[in-house]
Amino acid sequence: MDYEVEAKYLSKKERRAIPRQSMPEQAPDVRNKDFSEVTLGFGLLEAQYEAARCIQCKDPACVKGCPVGINIPAFLEQIVEGDLNGAINTVWDRTALPAVCGRVCPQEIQCEEVCVVGKKKGREPVGIGNLEMFIADWARDTGVTNEVEIPPSTGKKVAVVGSGPAGITVAGDLAKKGHDVTIYEAFHRAGGVLLYGIPEFRLAKSIVDYEIEQLKKLGVKIVCNTVVGRTVDVDELIEEMGYDAVFIGVGAGLPNFLNIPGEDLNGVFSANEYLTRANLMKAFDFPKYDTPIIPGRNVAILGAGNVAMDAARTAIRLGAKKVTIVYRRTREQSPSRKIEIHHAEQEGVQFKFLTSPLEFIGDANGKLVGINCEKMELGEPDEGGRARPIPTGEHEYIDCDLAIISIGTSANPLLTKTTENLKLNKWGNIEADRRTGKTTKKGVWAGGDITLGQATVILAMGMGRDAANSIDAYLKGEEEW
Amino acid sequence: MYKIVRREEMAHGTIILNEIEAPQIAKKAKAGQFVILIANERGERIPLTMADVDKEKGTITIIYMIVGKSTRLFSTLKVGDGYSDVVGPLGQPTHIEKKGTVVCVGGGTGTAVLHPITRAMYQAGNRVIAIVGARNKDYIIMKEQMQNVSHELRICTDDGSEGRHGFVTEELKEILESEDVAEVVAIGPVPMMKFVSKLTKEYGVPTTVSLNPIMIDGTGMCGGCRVTIGGMTKFACVDGPEFDGHQVDFDGLMRRLLAYKTEEEHSENCFFEQEA
Ligand SMILES: Cc1cc2nc3c(=O)[nH]c(=O)nc-3n(C[C@H](O)[C@H](O)[C@H](O)COP(=O)(O)OP(=O)(O)OC[C@H]3O[C@@H](n4cnc5c(N)ncnc54)[C@H](O)[C@@H]3O)c2cc1C
Ligand code: SF4
Ligand code: FES
Repeated sequence: MDYEVEAKYLSKKERRAIPRQSMPEQAPDVRNKDFSEVTLGFGLLEAQYEAARCIQCKDPACVKGCPVGINIPAFLEQIVEGDLNGAINTVWDRTALPAVCGRVCPQEIQCEEVCVVGKKKGREPVGIGNLEMFIADWARDTGVTNEVEIPPSTGKKVAVVGSGPAGITVAGDLAKKGHDVTIYEAFHRAGGVLLYGIPEFRLAKSIVDYEIEQLKKLGVKIVCNTVVGRTVDVDELIEEMGYDAVFIGVGAGLPNFLNIPGEDLNGVFSANEYLTRANLMKAFDFPKYDTPIIPGRNVAILGAGNVAMDAARTAIRLGAKKVTIVYRRTREQSPSRKIEIHHAEQEGVQFKFLTSPLEFIGDANGKLVGINCEKMELGEPDEGGRARPIPTGEHEYIDCDLAIISIGTSANPLLTKTTENLKLNKWGNIEADRRTGKTTKKGVWAGGDITLGQATVILAMGMGRDAANSIDAYLKGEEEW
Repeated sequence: MYKIVRREEMAHGTIILNEIEAPQIAKKAKAGQFVILIANERGERIPLTMADVDKEKGTITIIYMIVGKSTRLFSTLKVGDGYSDVVGPLGQPTHIEKKGTVVCVGGGTGTAVLHPITRAMYQAGNRVIAIVGARNKDYIIMKEQMQNVSHELRICTDDGSEGRHGFVTEELKEILESEDVAEVVAIGPVPMMKFVSKLTKEYGVPTTVSLNPIMIDGTGMCGGCRVTIGGMTKFACVDGPEFDGHQVDFDGLMRRLLAYKTEEEHSENCFFEQEA
């Protein structure tokens, strides 16, 4: 497109005729050898044209579709008008991490799914996610920060356990309200899944580091290498270390395994291990970095969610000749974002649907050489309404020297087992009030994946914000426990 | 940074001791638990079981043998230098109880890890017999310390340069033949733990071993440390590191320890080139 006229001078009719602006991306055969970000971001004029596609609904569906209720039409119009400062502040009003959310939120099942523009035949919804990314990147590049006047210190101390999106949000919000906040993180660097799980090519680590730096500027103390439940426990934080409130945002980090024979062979990984080696430990740059990774030539990924796509695309970048996603259901049933499947396919990832692993096969040295699988077909719907895959009895052998198990994660019991009076649900997630994040233990809040099971960044962020409001009210004595 | 306050060399400089400032860890650490250390921002996460803890000074002690790039890098750190990261204490502490006669068997640097456990067994009122094995007399570590926390110390060397000329299992067999042993604790190279467990199984004597598989996080989030115990998958970092020796699949553990052999050799060679 040429952008000769600024979008704000276009008539309503002209605005409606603008096609959805495609996100500039690195070419698939370039990016599949390299870990830098795939999406390059909009320029200003492009962004203004995209934002001008919004028809400014009176009762905007997109806002209801957004888990944290960002005033989407308002920030889009501010972009069109060139009030970028106004636009970013509209966004910050509801999310602490727009640069992250713009990149990793599943907009196609949230705001963009319900956008009325996309409901017309042959039309696509407004690219809300791409615009969120644009405005957040603009703010970071120009050094515009979410300046708020920090009230005088309240003298109240808050401990935040875990430095993922939930913990980052709680810490930032409470520091801005004058509380003394310390984050305790088990790993040697802060950022949670944003750092160790989601790969660089989808979310540059410099963005996560920037957000952590912002927290430090607000006076938040970040103490790494502290496993709560081992190095200190929750009761010690409250009783001995004088914290007035504790927020638990430890995520859902325990990898599920298939529990089939051969799972202990060399070459069989959990996605968590594979991605942690590659992302956090930078094994892609071995031996410059000391952590090694097995460089598979022929890689099978078991599972087809977002994490599976991340693992597949990481394997491609680490030089695999062939990467196959093996999934026991169909493409339509894959829980992954469509854009992730699309990106993976573009980069050369192959798919085998209706195929379920039965056994890992190894050689005499205990090295993986293949997987015995069974072909499935779709049967009756299960409780969730999804057609259940049922075995056909037909077998298939898949050659591979690396298998990455990516069938979800559960709550890690390390902290919850060592904390008394913390009620858990049957899956081991912490029970927390949906509105406030309060747990059954006095002075302790929780949010994010540890309460929801593996969910999304935006839900973790949203719960963090709700919990921060509740903690603030409690510390000011406005809210009883 | 976690500062090194004391450094010692043993066994011709192949085994290194570091006492490290880590007050928070020292406060909580119990016998049998481990820490994960990173040398610098490019380093990998290396798990090592603590050999000692000084709660008053706020220090922990690790003893390691130089076996690859990372331990070689660790060995270049001097007093006053430090590790960029140390996290712990991780894993389950040893179950200590008064049981009667306990035999503590250490091989190689395993003896360092065995020492605090032996001491705890001794202090709990057990009759403690310690067996320490090594290649030759120069590689025997912590002899005096082990002597101080046991009623009897027996030494075995592969070449007979000190104590019995032979393996720890031979010494252990003699004891099992002549005494009523309530428990054996064996810590050392995997083959040693395997053969000790095989022997004690014949005698029906409960046996605890400490496993040190490859780890990343040490908190249960990667599953890289998984070991097979009685046919079940366990995570050594949270369920262990100590397990019932009669249930451990030692061969599986040995295979998994070799998963990165090629990469490890490559990494060490690069390190040598860099140093040269
Ligand atoms: C590979 C991958 C890709 C994903 N892709 C997407 C995506 O595209 N879009 C999306 O919306 N969501 C995605 N998700 C999910 C999303 O990342 C999570 O829902 C979100 O990060 C949860 O945030 P959290 O703050 O609850 O926890 P986490 O981000 O999990 O952070 C928890 C932190 O707590 C630390 N911790 C754990 N235990 C302790 C302890 N005992 N003491 C101290 N610290 C502790 C952990 O080390 C970690 O840093 C993805 C997840 C993965 C694994
Ligand atoms: S639903 Fe679509 S058109 Fe309507 S306000 Fe939201 S973004 Fe604009
Ligand atoms: S080291 Fe990762 S689960 Fe044990």
